[in-house]
Amino acid sequence: MGALGQLGDHLTVGFGAALVPLNLLFGAIGVTMGTAIGVLPGIGPALTISLLLPLTFGMDPVGAFILFGGIYYGAMYGGSTTSILVRMPGEASSVMTAVDGFQMTQKGRGGAALATAAVGSFIAGTFATVMLMLAAPVLVELALGFGPAEYAALMVLALTALGGLAGGDVAKGLLAVLLGLALGTVGIDVQTGQARFTFGVLGLLGGLNVVTVTVGLFAVGEVFWYAATRQTSSAERAQINGSVWLTRAEWRRSVPAWFRGTVIGFFTGILPGAGATVASFLAYDAERRVSPMPDEFGRGAIEGVAGPEAANNASAGGSLVPLLALGIPGSGTTAVMLAAFQMYGLQPGPLLFAQESRLVWGLIASLYISNVLLLVLNLPLIRVWVRLLQVPSSLLFAAVLAFATLGIYTLNNSVFDVFVVYALGVVAFFLRKHSVPLAPVVLGVVLGPLLEQQFRRAVAISGGDLSVFVTRPVSAAILLCALAAVTVPPVVRYVTSRPR
Amino acid sequence: MDRLLGNNDSMWGMGGVVRRAGPAWLVAGALAAVGCGGGDLSDRAVGAMGPTAAGYPNGNIVLIAPANPGGGWDQTARQIQQVWTSAGTLGVPVEVVNRGGAGGTIGLAELVTRHRGDPQTLMVFGQVMLGAIRANDSPVTIADTVPLARLLNEYEVIAVPTSSSYRTLGDLIDDFRREPGRISWAGGSAGGIDHILVGLLARVTGVDPGNVNYIAHAGGGEAAVAVMGGHVSAGVSGFGEWKAYVDTGRMRLLAVSSAERIMGDETPTIRESGLDVVLANWRGILAPPGTDEETRNWLTAALGSMRDSAAWQEILRANEWEDSFLSGPEFDRFLGEERATVDAVLRSIGLVR
Repeated sequence: MGALGQLGDHLTVGFGAALVPLNLLFGAIGVTMGTAIGVLPGIGPALTISLLLPLTFGMDPVGAFILFGGIYYGAMYGGSTTSILVRMPGEASSVMTAVDGFQMTQKGRGGAALATAAVGSFIAGTFATVMLMLAAPVLVELALGFGPAEYAALMVLALTALGGLAGGDVAKGLLAVLLGLALGTVGIDVQTGQARFTFGVLGLLGGLNVVTVTVGLFAVGEVFWYAATRQTSSAERAQINGSVWLTRAEWRRSVPAWFRGTVIGFFTGILPGAGATVASFLAYDAERRVSPMPDEFGRGAIEGVAGPEAANNASAGGSLVPLLALGIPGSGTTAVMLAAFQMYGLQPGPLLFAQESRLVWGLIASLYISNVLLLVLNLPLIRVWVRLLQVPSSLLFAAVLAFATLGIYTLNNSVFDVFVVYALGVVAFFLRKHSVPLAPVVLGVVLGPLLEQQFRRAVAISGGDLSVFVTRPVSAAILLCALAAVTVPPVVRYVTSRPR
Repeated sequence: MDRLLGNNDSMWGMGGVVRRAGPAWLVAGALAAVGCGGGDLSDRAVGAMGPTAAGYPNGNIVLIAPANPGGGWDQTARQIQQVWTSAGTLGVPVEVVNRGGAGGTIGLAELVTRHRGDPQTLMVFGQVMLGAIRANDSPVTIADTVPLARLLNEYEVIAVPTSSSYRTLGDLIDDFRREPGRISWAGGSAGGIDHILVGLLARVTGVDPGNVNYIAHAGGGEAAVAVMGGHVSAGVSGFGEWKAYVDTGRMRLLAVSSAERIMGDETPTIRESGLDVVLANWRGILAPPGTDEETRNWLTAALGSMRDSAAWQEILRANEWEDSFLSGPEFDRFLGEERATVDAVLRSIGLVR
């Protein structure tokens, strides 16, 4: 009772701070900007917040963090729009959404895909915020218990998602993921400090940014494809069939996917370093595995949109747990938010909840409000977005190329990055020409470096003893799941298809 | 959005510095100069310095932070920006841009190749960059630039998980001496200052630095997780960065790398354990190659006037940074010595040949 009463007090303080008209306005600005930058390729929430940082020096910190929180949640949602409508994810965390989301658009269900993304994001964001509020201290224990061995095992599990991405052709899927793994090794190796595959090019020392790879392969690649062939995946762009809203069947299929995606996303999000992209891979794979019609995935299964979209939003909320409770940034965006805390002379950690309760609870309250604002903003906007499909292709693609170039350039103010993104666009063109799927490339780029570094750390800490992966219970359990993910389906297929 | 922009004139009011109307970063240099020349600066020792005879500075001063937002270099750059801007020292607006990557060598390459002879662009640098230049075999080095001044020192700490049986640095070093491979050290990037500290500890304890089991992380935050979660034996990072984690009750500080204990803190120095290691993570400012003597002197004076300001001293205190201002020939000599030390340690760790 006492605890509940205290929570009530906290929430009163929090909503009291967040519902001030000025702070509400900051929340609204935040989600609007967030949605916009999510739609634009390249520019992400981390960059936006770091650009806004100097402007917020003199502001009340509560207002500033409400703005940042809105941007973060908004960007996670906004990334889905271009993925679904034109198959051009602006961030790596929306790559999975593009797979089935765009198929749905081609079948005339683009509106429904956007709607399931919006509602899923709302549910995920709300759940994540409730968990952040109720269970941050407990969740921190969980996050800290995750050592290098567990991370490595989790990456192995995420790699099994490949099965769902390869489509029919396993060889081409493997080729794509290997290309991704190879691209992921470029740059300075963290453990030894040695440059790998940089060929003396200074701009490659930092490695290939996941955003650059995503935008190069999908957005720029699509533009080149159109320029060369005059046909686009969107050539047969169907107009919206029937209602833009979800049908009864679509609701029934979305609801469980939202909840699964939310849970997967949140728990992946609280692990510093795993991130929204890994969460979306895991969620997509989970959906395909529990679905009674796994063959529909890759051809416009609504669960393939609902799950990953809920997951990437929930992971944004999850990554605030280690930030607020320990002062540890779990993602690029929270790293910038940590810098913002420091600018205000605030140190996140357990004391922050006690010393700055107006700020912490104001931020939490504003996240609830942001979620509602996002839903209110985005549901009517769906009708506007789907009209994008009526823009003539040549205009649309010219705009995409311009925004992609601009977005990638602003990432590091580097012309070199722009060359890289164009080069990757050419690579994507040839991959498509030979019908090699692109999503596994991103899978490789994201998971490869994480898997490699965590594996090497785990082995170095254990003094070269490989058994850590099976003697640590959590790691062993995750690896067992991965093993099951690979072996169970073929066995089941064999058993069920055997003639009696 | 209007409200947001309109709000930001109050940023100049922070930290007790003079409030000035209008967002200076938006307006041309001349206007800013006028705004600062006024009598409202009477409560401060620092004020606008007139331009040099050659008319420098001519337009915005750009300060490169050769790292992503949030790290030490970024923080240093933004604090300099804040002091210079609010006191109007330069008479022109100051911008901060981030050029992260490769231990700062990406930013360094840009300064040397793209801004040769253009001292409107300056860069923050520090101890870590010396190691990165060697480890990355960078084609450009500090010798290609015009160093202006060292501004501050930050010290390193050695920490263990709260659950660890090591109560003192002596306990930890005893085991390290006996079985170096069994002690895993979490820290920042390979060849960075954290790694160098462990290399120095190995040297003075007679351990072959090649046997050090150093687990590199992308940053102090990631390494802190490894320590707090008890996944490694010990960890090394910046004092200011990790001191905050002690409050979480998950980490214990064993020693600090300064010569004397840090004021207001009871963490013993490494020297108190009988090991002769002192290591400062200093940071300073560079100008691009081709900066003439007059401009260099002008900029050094501008940095000196910042250093003397109450606002800067307050920033040093708040961030647990030590004032270590050094400029001119002494700074050049210091850089030469540092380069030699870093080189020797990296060689002994086996990171460079």
